[in-house]
Amino acid sequence: MLTKFKGKKITGILGILPENEYDYDEETKEFADRQTKRLKRIMGYGKRRAVKPETATSDLCIYGLNYILKNNWINKEEIGGIVVVTLTPDYFVPHVSNIIQGECDLPKDVVCMDIAQGCSAYLMGLMQAFMLLEHMENKKVLVFTGDVLNRKAKTDKEMQAQFGGDAASVTVVENDEQAKDIYFNMYSDGKDRDCLIMPAGGYRLPRSAETAEFKDYLGDGILRCKNHIWMEGSKVFNFVQKEVPPMIEEILQYAGVSANDADWFLFHQPNKFMMEKLADKMQVPYEKMPMNIVGEFGNSSGSTIPINITYNVANDLLENERVCCLSGFGSGLTWSSALVHLGKLHFCELVTSTC
Amino acid sequence: MNEIYEILADIRPEFDFKESSDFVEDGYLDSFDIVTLVSELDTKYNISIDGLDIVAKNFCSIEAIMNIIRKNGGEI
Repeated sequence: MLTKFKGKKITGILGILPENEYDYDEETKEFADRQTKRLKRIMGYGKRRAVKPETATSDLCIYGLNYILKNNWINKEEIGGIVVVTLTPDYFVPHVSNIIQGECDLPKDVVCMDIAQGCSAYLMGLMQAFMLLEHMENKKVLVFTGDVLNRKAKTDKEMQAQFGGDAASVTVVENDEQAKDIYFNMYSDGKDRDCLIMPAGGYRLPRSAETAEFKDYLGDGILRCKNHIWMEGSKVFNFVQKEVPPMIEEILQYAGVSANDADWFLFHQPNKFMMEKLADKMQVPYEKMPMNIVGEFGNSSGSTIPINITYNVANDLLENERVCCLSGFGSGLTWSSALVHLGKLHFCELVTSTC
Repeated sequence: MNEIYEILADIRPEFDFKESSDFVEDGYLDSFDIVTLVSELDTKYNISIDGLDIVAKNFCSIEAIMNIIRKNGGEI
Protein backbone atom coordinates (compact mmCIF):
# COMPACT_ATOMS: atom_id res chain seq x y z
CA MET A 1 0.00 0.00 0.00
CA LEU A 2 1.27 3.42 -0.99
CA THR A 3 -0.97 6.40 -0.36
CA LYS A 4 -1.29 9.86 1.11
CA PHE A 5 -3.68 11.15 3.71
CA LYS A 6 -5.01 14.68 3.28
CA GLY A 7 -6.16 17.05 5.99
CA LYS A 8 -4.99 14.93 8.92
CA LYS A 9 -2.74 16.13 11.73
CA ILE A 10 -1.02 14.66 14.76
CA THR A 11 -1.51 17.21 17.54
CA GLY A 12 -0.21 15.54 20.68
CA ILE A 13 1.87 12.57 21.78
CA LEU A 14 2.27 11.10 25.25
CA GLY A 15 4.70 8.29 26.08
CA ILE A 16 4.06 6.21 29.20
CA LEU A 17 6.76 4.17 30.95
CA PRO A 18 6.45 1.75 33.86
CA GLU A 19 8.39 2.77 36.95
CA ASN A 20 10.38 -0.47 37.45
CA GLU A 21 13.80 -0.13 35.84
CA TYR A 22 16.31 -2.92 35.20
CA ASP A 23 19.99 -2.72 34.37
CA TYR A 24 21.67 -4.97 31.78
CA ASP A 25 24.84 -5.42 33.84
CA GLU A 26 22.86 -6.34 36.93
CA GLU A 27 20.59 -8.76 35.07
CA THR A 28 23.47 -10.53 33.32
CA LYS A 29 25.99 -10.54 36.16
CA GLU A 30 25.52 -14.23 36.96
CA PHE A 31 26.47 -15.38 33.47
CA ALA A 32 28.24 -12.35 32.04
CA ASP A 33 31.21 -13.15 29.83
CA ARG A 34 33.16 -11.11 27.30
CA GLN A 35 30.53 -11.74 24.65
CA THR A 36 27.78 -10.43 26.92
CA LYS A 37 29.76 -7.24 27.47
CA ARG A 38 30.48 -6.91 23.76
CA LEU A 39 26.80 -7.25 22.98
CA LYS A 40 26.05 -4.41 25.38
CA ARG A 41 28.41 -2.14 23.45
CA ILE A 42 27.44 -3.24 19.96
CA MET A 43 23.68 -3.60 20.47
CA GLY A 44 23.41 -0.61 22.76
CA TYR A 45 21.79 -2.46 25.65
CA GLY A 46 21.67 -0.67 28.99
CA LYS A 47 18.57 -0.02 31.01
CA ARG A 48 15.01 -1.15 30.39
CA ARG A 49 11.59 -0.71 31.93
CA ALA A 50 9.17 -3.53 32.71
CA VAL A 51 5.76 -3.42 34.36
CA LYS A 52 4.90 -5.06 37.66
CA PRO A 53 3.42 -8.59 37.64
CA GLU A 54 -0.14 -7.38 38.12
CA THR A 55 -0.05 -4.67 35.44
CA ALA A 56 -1.99 -5.10 32.20
CA THR A 57 -1.85 -3.08 28.99
CA SER A 58 -5.00 -1.12 29.79
CA ASP A 59 -3.45 0.13 33.06
CA LEU A 60 -0.70 1.96 31.16
CA CYS A 61 -3.17 3.27 28.59
CA ILE A 62 -5.66 4.49 31.19
CA TYR A 63 -2.87 6.18 33.14
CA GLY A 64 -1.93 8.00 29.94
CA LEU A 65 -5.43 9.08 28.99
CA ASN A 66 -6.21 10.28 32.51
CA TYR A 67 -2.97 12.29 32.44
CA ILE A 68 -4.08 13.94 29.19
CA LEU A 69 -7.59 14.64 30.50
CA LYS A 70 -6.26 15.99 33.81
CA ASN A 71 -4.08 18.45 31.91
CA ASN A 72 -7.09 19.51 29.82
CA TRP A 73 -5.19 18.80 26.60
CA ILE A 74 -8.41 17.32 25.24
CA ASN A 75 -11.84 16.75 26.71
CA LYS A 76 -13.93 13.60 26.56
CA GLU A 77 -16.57 15.05 24.27
CA GLU A 78 -13.96 15.67 21.57
CA ILE A 79 -13.06 11.99 21.30
CA GLY A 80 -14.63 10.20 18.35
CA GLY A 81 -12.61 7.00 18.39
CA ILE A 82 -9.93 5.07 20.23
CA VAL A 83 -7.66 2.64 18.42
CA VAL A 84 -5.57 0.33 20.60
CA VAL A 85 -2.73 -1.56 18.99
CA THR A 86 -1.23 -4.24 21.20
CA LEU A 87 0.24 -7.73 21.32
CA THR A 88 -0.81 -8.15 24.94
CA PRO A 89 -4.54 -7.52 25.44
CA ASP A 90 -5.84 -7.78 29.00
CA TYR A 91 -8.29 -10.43 27.76
CA PHE A 92 -9.46 -11.88 24.48
CA VAL A 93 -12.85 -10.47 25.53
CA PRO A 94 -13.52 -7.65 26.38
CA HIS A 95 -11.22 -5.50 24.30
CA VAL A 96 -8.67 -3.06 25.67
CA SER A 97 -10.36 -0.16 23.88
CA ASN A 98 -13.64 -0.96 25.67
CA ILE A 99 -11.84 -1.21 29.00
CA ILE A 100 -10.34 2.25 28.44
CA GLN A 101 -13.71 3.62 27.35
CA GLY A 102 -15.42 2.26 30.46
CA GLU A 103 -12.75 3.18 32.98
CA CYS A 104 -12.37 6.71 31.61
CA ASP A 105 -16.14 7.17 31.27
CA LEU A 106 -16.04 8.07 27.60
CA PRO A 107 -19.27 8.72 25.62
CA LYS A 108 -21.09 5.78 24.04
CA ASP A 109 -20.65 7.08 20.48
CA VAL A 110 -16.87 6.63 20.69
CA VAL A 111 -15.71 3.99 18.19
CA CYS A 112 -13.61 1.44 20.08
CA MET A 113 -11.19 -0.75 18.15
CA ASP A 114 -8.37 -3.14 19.01
CA ILE A 115 -5.70 -4.19 16.50
CA ALA A 116 -3.13 -6.92 17.07
CA GLN A 117 0.23 -5.81 15.70
CA GLY A 118 3.85 -5.80 16.84
CA CYS A 119 6.60 -3.39 15.93
CA SER A 120 4.59 -1.73 13.15
CA ALA A 121 1.85 -0.94 15.68
CA TYR A 122 2.29 2.82 15.67
CA LEU A 123 2.05 3.14 11.89
CA MET A 124 -0.86 0.67 11.77
CA GLY A 125 -2.70 2.66 14.44
CA LEU A 126 -2.10 5.98 12.70
CA MET A 127 -3.32 4.58 9.39
CA GLN A 128 -6.54 3.39 11.01
CA ALA A 129 -7.01 6.74 12.76
CA PHE A 130 -6.57 8.66 9.51
CA MET A 131 -9.24 6.52 7.87
CA LEU A 132 -11.65 6.86 10.81
CA LEU A 133 -11.24 10.64 10.72
CA GLU A 134 -12.73 10.69 7.22
CA HIS A 135 -16.05 10.13 9.00
CA MET A 136 -15.57 12.20 12.13
CA GLU A 137 -15.36 15.86 11.10
CA ASN A 138 -14.58 17.69 14.35
CA LYS A 139 -13.91 14.68 16.54
CA LYS A 140 -10.46 13.40 17.44
CA VAL A 141 -9.12 9.87 17.31
CA LEU A 142 -6.74 8.58 19.97
CA VAL A 143 -4.16 5.99 18.94
CA PHE A 144 -2.88 3.87 21.81
CA THR A 145 0.08 1.52 21.60
CA GLY A 146 0.98 -0.65 24.57
CA ASP A 147 2.61 -3.94 25.43
CA VAL A 148 3.51 -5.75 28.65
CA LEU A 149 5.55 -8.65 27.28
CA ASN A 150 8.22 -8.24 29.97
CA ARG A 151 6.25 -7.90 33.14
CA LYS A 152 7.78 -9.37 36.26
CA ALA A 153 8.48 -8.75 39.91
CA LYS A 154 11.73 -7.02 40.81
CA THR A 155 12.76 -10.17 42.65
CA ASP A 156 11.84 -12.56 39.84
CA LYS A 157 15.00 -14.18 38.47
CA GLU A 158 13.30 -15.86 35.52
CA MET A 159 15.49 -15.63 32.48
CA GLN A 160 14.13 -13.06 30.07
CA ALA A 161 15.46 -11.04 27.19
CA GLN A 162 17.64 -8.32 28.70
CA PHE A 163 16.64 -5.84 26.04
CA GLY A 164 12.84 -6.10 26.07
CA GLY A 165 10.87 -3.26 27.56
CA ASP A 166 7.28 -2.35 28.34
CA ALA A 167 5.68 0.98 27.48
CA ALA A 168 2.57 2.59 26.07
CA SER A 169 1.63 5.74 24.19
CA VAL A 170 -1.33 7.92 23.33
CA THR A 171 -1.38 10.01 20.16
CA VAL A 172 -4.10 12.52 19.29
CA VAL A 173 -4.97 12.71 15.61
CA GLU A 174 -7.49 15.12 14.14
CA ASN A 175 -8.79 16.71 10.97
CA ASP A 176 -7.17 19.97 9.83
CA GLU A 177 -7.79 21.31 6.34
CA GLN A 178 -4.52 23.24 6.48
CA ALA A 179 -2.44 20.17 7.33
CA LYS A 180 0.21 19.07 4.89
CA ASP A 181 -0.25 15.68 3.22
CA ILE A 182 0.96 12.61 5.09
CA TYR A 183 2.69 10.10 2.82
CA PHE A 184 2.33 6.52 3.88
CA ASN A 185 3.32 3.02 2.81
CA MET A 186 2.86 -0.41 4.36
CA TYR A 187 3.89 -3.91 3.31
CA SER A 188 3.53 -7.44 4.67
CA ASP A 189 4.92 -10.90 3.99
CA GLY A 190 2.95 -13.62 5.76
CA LYS A 191 5.12 -16.32 4.28
CA ASP A 192 7.87 -15.47 6.74
CA ARG A 193 5.50 -15.06 9.69
CA ASP A 194 7.26 -17.74 11.77
CA CYS A 195 10.41 -15.57 12.05
CA LEU A 196 8.68 -13.88 14.98
CA ILE A 197 6.23 -16.08 16.81
CA MET A 198 4.80 -16.62 20.26
CA PRO A 199 3.94 -20.32 19.91
CA ALA A 200 1.50 -20.63 22.82
CA GLY A 201 -1.32 -18.50 24.14
CA GLY A 202 -3.78 -18.46 21.27
CA TYR A 203 -6.38 -20.99 20.23
CA ARG A 204 -3.85 -22.96 18.14
CA LEU A 205 -1.91 -23.87 21.30
CA PRO A 206 -3.36 -22.64 24.59
CA ARG A 207 -0.93 -21.95 27.44
CA SER A 208 -0.34 -24.84 29.82
CA ALA A 209 2.23 -26.13 32.27
CA GLU A 210 3.91 -27.82 29.32
CA THR A 211 4.19 -24.65 27.24
CA ALA A 212 5.78 -22.90 30.23
CA GLU A 213 8.71 -25.32 30.29
CA PHE A 214 12.08 -24.11 29.04
CA LYS A 215 13.63 -26.50 26.51
CA ASP A 216 16.09 -26.51 23.63
CA TYR A 217 13.29 -26.74 21.04
CA LEU A 218 15.36 -25.64 18.04
CA GLY A 219 18.49 -27.65 18.80
CA ASP A 220 20.67 -24.56 19.04
CA GLY A 221 21.46 -24.82 22.73
CA ILE A 222 19.14 -21.94 23.64
CA LEU A 223 16.42 -22.65 26.18
CA ARG A 224 13.06 -21.32 25.06
CA CYS A 225 9.57 -21.31 26.51
CA LYS A 226 6.53 -21.46 24.23
CA ASN A 227 4.85 -18.66 26.17
CA HIS A 228 7.50 -16.16 25.03
CA ILE A 229 8.28 -14.66 21.62
CA TRP A 230 10.74 -16.63 19.51
CA MET A 231 12.76 -14.75 16.98
CA GLU A 232 14.97 -16.00 14.18
CA GLY A 233 17.42 -13.15 14.65
CA SER A 234 19.39 -13.56 11.44
CA LYS A 235 16.29 -13.80 9.27
CA VAL A 236 14.67 -10.80 10.92
CA PHE A 237 17.87 -8.77 10.60
CA ASN A 238 18.15 -9.58 6.91
CA PHE A 239 14.48 -8.86 6.33
CA VAL A 240 14.93 -5.39 7.82
CA GLN A 241 18.08 -4.66 5.81
CA LYS A 242 16.43 -5.87 2.61
CA GLU A 243 13.00 -4.25 2.89
CA VAL A 244 13.32 -1.06 4.92
CA PRO A 245 15.82 1.02 2.86
CA PRO A 246 13.86 0.70 -0.41
CA MET A 247 10.63 1.40 1.45
CA ILE A 248 12.10 4.63 2.84
CA GLU A 249 13.42 5.58 -0.57
CA GLU A 250 9.96 5.01 -1.98
CA ILE A 251 8.20 7.19 0.60
CA LEU A 252 10.73 10.01 0.19
CA GLN A 253 10.34 9.94 -3.59
CA TYR A 254 6.54 9.80 -3.31
CA ALA A 255 6.63 12.84 -1.04
CA GLY A 256 9.02 14.61 -3.39
CA VAL A 257 11.74 15.10 -0.79
CA SER A 258 15.27 13.83 -0.35
CA ALA A 259 16.82 12.25 2.70
CA ASN A 260 18.56 15.58 3.31
CA ASP A 261 15.19 17.34 3.48
CA ALA A 262 14.03 15.16 6.36
CA ASP A 263 14.86 16.55 9.80
CA TRP A 264 14.31 13.37 11.77
CA PHE A 265 14.24 9.65 11.07
CA LEU A 266 12.25 8.29 13.99
CA PHE A 267 12.31 4.53 13.65
CA HIS A 268 11.42 1.48 15.65
CA GLN A 269 14.54 0.48 17.58
CA PRO A 270 15.32 -3.22 18.10
CA ASN A 271 19.03 -2.56 18.71
CA LYS A 272 21.75 -0.02 17.90
CA PHE A 273 23.62 -2.31 15.50
CA MET A 274 20.59 -2.72 13.26
CA MET A 275 19.91 1.02 13.34
CA GLU A 276 23.48 1.90 12.40
CA LYS A 277 23.41 -0.51 9.48
CA LEU A 278 20.12 1.00 8.27
CA ALA A 279 21.46 4.53 8.61
CA ASP A 280 24.66 3.61 6.76
CA LYS A 281 22.71 1.96 3.96
CA MET A 282 20.37 4.94 3.59
CA GLN A 283 23.22 7.43 4.08
CA VAL A 284 21.36 9.10 6.92
CA PRO A 285 23.56 10.87 9.50
CA TYR A 286 23.36 9.19 12.92
CA GLU A 287 22.42 12.52 14.53
CA LYS A 288 19.18 12.55 12.49
CA MET A 289 18.27 9.05 13.61
CA PRO A 290 18.14 8.68 17.41
CA MET A 291 19.23 5.17 18.46
CA ASN A 292 19.21 5.41 22.23
CA ILE A 293 15.77 4.06 23.10
CA VAL A 294 16.71 0.38 23.40
CA GLY A 295 19.51 1.34 25.81
CA GLU A 296 17.42 3.74 27.88
CA PHE A 297 14.11 1.88 28.09
CA GLY A 298 14.37 -1.42 26.17
CA ASN A 299 12.63 -2.51 23.00
CA SER A 300 8.96 -1.89 23.75
CA SER A 301 7.68 -3.31 20.42
CA GLY A 302 4.93 -1.07 19.08
CA SER A 303 5.70 1.85 21.38
CA THR A 304 9.33 2.52 20.47
CA ILE A 305 8.47 5.22 17.90
CA PRO A 306 6.32 7.39 20.20
CA ILE A 307 8.77 6.79 23.08
CA ASN A 308 11.56 7.84 20.71
CA ILE A 309 9.65 11.01 19.78
CA THR A 310 8.72 11.99 23.32
CA TYR A 311 12.19 11.25 24.74
CA ASN A 312 14.42 12.65 22.00
CA VAL A 313 12.64 15.39 20.10
CA ALA A 314 9.79 16.60 22.32
CA ASN A 315 11.09 20.13 22.84
CA ASP A 316 11.88 20.53 19.15
CA LEU A 317 8.42 19.38 18.11
CA LEU A 318 6.65 21.57 20.66
CA GLU A 319 8.26 24.68 19.17
CA ASN A 320 8.86 23.81 15.52
CA GLU A 321 7.39 21.89 12.63
CA ARG A 322 9.77 19.26 11.28
CA VAL A 323 9.82 16.87 8.36
CA CYS A 324 9.82 13.47 10.03
CA CYS A 325 10.20 10.02 8.57
CA LEU A 326 8.63 7.36 10.81
CA SER A 327 9.15 3.65 10.29
CA GLY A 328 8.17 0.43 12.03
CA PHE A 329 9.04 -3.15 11.09
CA GLY A 330 8.59 -6.52 12.70
CA SER A 331 6.10 -9.32 13.28
CA GLY A 332 3.89 -10.36 10.42
CA LEU A 333 6.27 -9.74 8.83
CA THR A 334 5.11 -6.14 8.40
CA TRP A 335 7.01 -3.00 7.50
CA SER A 336 5.68 0.52 7.15
CA SER A 337 6.73 4.15 7.00
CA ALA A 338 5.28 7.64 6.91
CA LEU A 339 6.64 11.00 5.83
CA VAL A 340 4.87 13.56 7.97
CA HIS A 341 5.24 17.21 8.92
CA LEU A 342 5.21 16.89 12.67
CA GLY A 343 5.37 19.75 15.08
CA LYS A 344 3.86 22.70 16.95
CA LEU A 345 2.30 19.95 19.02
CA HIS A 346 -0.13 20.81 21.78
CA PHE A 347 1.73 18.38 24.00
CA CYS A 348 4.64 15.98 23.67
CA GLU A 349 5.76 14.41 26.90
CA LEU A 350 7.17 11.20 28.36
CA VAL A 351 5.80 10.27 31.76
CA THR A 352 6.51 7.50 34.24
CA SER A 353 3.43 5.74 35.55
CA THR A 354 3.00 3.88 38.80
CA CYS A 355 2.13 0.70 36.86
CA MET B 1 44.93 -12.22 6.98
CA ASN B 2 46.63 -12.49 10.35
CA GLU B 3 44.71 -9.46 11.57
CA ILE B 4 41.45 -11.26 10.84
CA TYR B 5 42.63 -14.38 12.64
CA GLU B 6 43.48 -12.18 15.63
CA ILE B 7 39.98 -10.72 15.64
CA LEU B 8 38.45 -14.19 15.39
CA ALA B 9 40.64 -15.47 18.20
CA ASP B 10 39.62 -12.55 20.35
CA ILE B 11 35.94 -13.33 19.79
CA ARG B 12 36.30 -17.10 20.28
CA PRO B 13 39.61 -17.81 22.00
CA GLU B 14 38.64 -21.44 22.60
CA PHE B 15 38.88 -22.31 18.86
CA ASP B 16 41.78 -22.55 16.43
CA PHE B 17 40.22 -21.00 13.34
CA LYS B 18 43.10 -22.19 11.12
CA GLU B 19 41.86 -25.72 11.62
CA SER B 20 38.34 -25.10 10.36
CA SER B 21 37.15 -24.97 6.76
CA ASP B 22 33.70 -23.67 7.72
CA PHE B 23 33.52 -21.53 10.88
CA VAL B 24 29.73 -21.55 10.98
CA GLU B 25 29.17 -25.19 10.09
CA ASP B 26 31.79 -26.26 12.64
CA GLY B 27 30.10 -24.22 15.35
CA TYR B 28 32.95 -21.76 15.84
CA LEU B 29 30.75 -18.73 15.09
CA ASP B 30 27.08 -18.21 15.91
CA SER B 31 24.89 -15.31 14.82
CA PHE B 32 25.92 -13.13 17.78
CA ASP B 33 29.59 -13.82 17.00
CA ILE B 34 29.02 -12.71 13.42
CA VAL B 35 27.49 -9.44 14.64
CA THR B 36 30.56 -8.94 16.85
CA LEU B 37 32.87 -9.80 13.97
CA VAL B 38 31.14 -7.31 11.67
CA SER B 39 31.45 -4.60 14.28
CA GLU B 40 35.16 -5.31 14.74
CA LEU B 41 35.82 -5.45 10.99
CA ASP B 42 33.92 -2.19 10.44
CA THR B 43 36.16 -0.50 12.98
CA LYS B 44 39.41 -2.15 11.92
CA TYR B 45 39.01 -1.45 8.19
CA ASN B 46 37.03 1.79 8.52
CA ILE B 47 34.12 0.41 6.51
CA SER B 48 30.44 -0.35 7.04
CA ILE B 49 29.68 -3.84 5.83
CA ASP B 50 26.34 -3.69 4.03
CA GLY B 51 23.50 -5.12 6.08
CA LEU B 52 22.53 -7.38 3.19
CA ASP B 53 26.02 -8.91 3.30
CA ILE B 54 25.64 -9.97 6.92
CA VAL B 55 24.75 -13.59 6.23
CA ALA B 56 26.56 -16.69 7.48
CA LYS B 57 28.10 -17.69 4.13
CA ASN B 58 30.11 -14.45 4.04
CA PHE B 59 31.82 -15.24 7.35
CA CYS B 60 32.31 -19.00 7.12
CA SER B 61 35.98 -18.91 6.04
CA ILE B 62 38.94 -16.58 6.04
CA GLU B 63 38.64 -16.20 2.25
CA ALA B 64 34.95 -15.32 2.50
CA ILE B 65 35.68 -12.72 5.18
CA MET B 66 38.44 -11.17 3.10
CA ASN B 67 36.12 -11.02 0.10
CA ILE B 68 33.38 -9.29 2.03
CA ILE B 69 35.85 -6.74 3.43
CA ARG B 70 37.07 -5.96 -0.10
CA LYS B 71 33.51 -5.84 -1.48
CA ASN B 72 32.66 -3.17 1.10
CA GLY B 73 35.67 -1.04 0.27
CA GLY B 74 38.19 -2.31 2.79
CA GLU B 75 41.86 -2.70 1.96
CA ILE B 76 43.65 -5.80 3.20
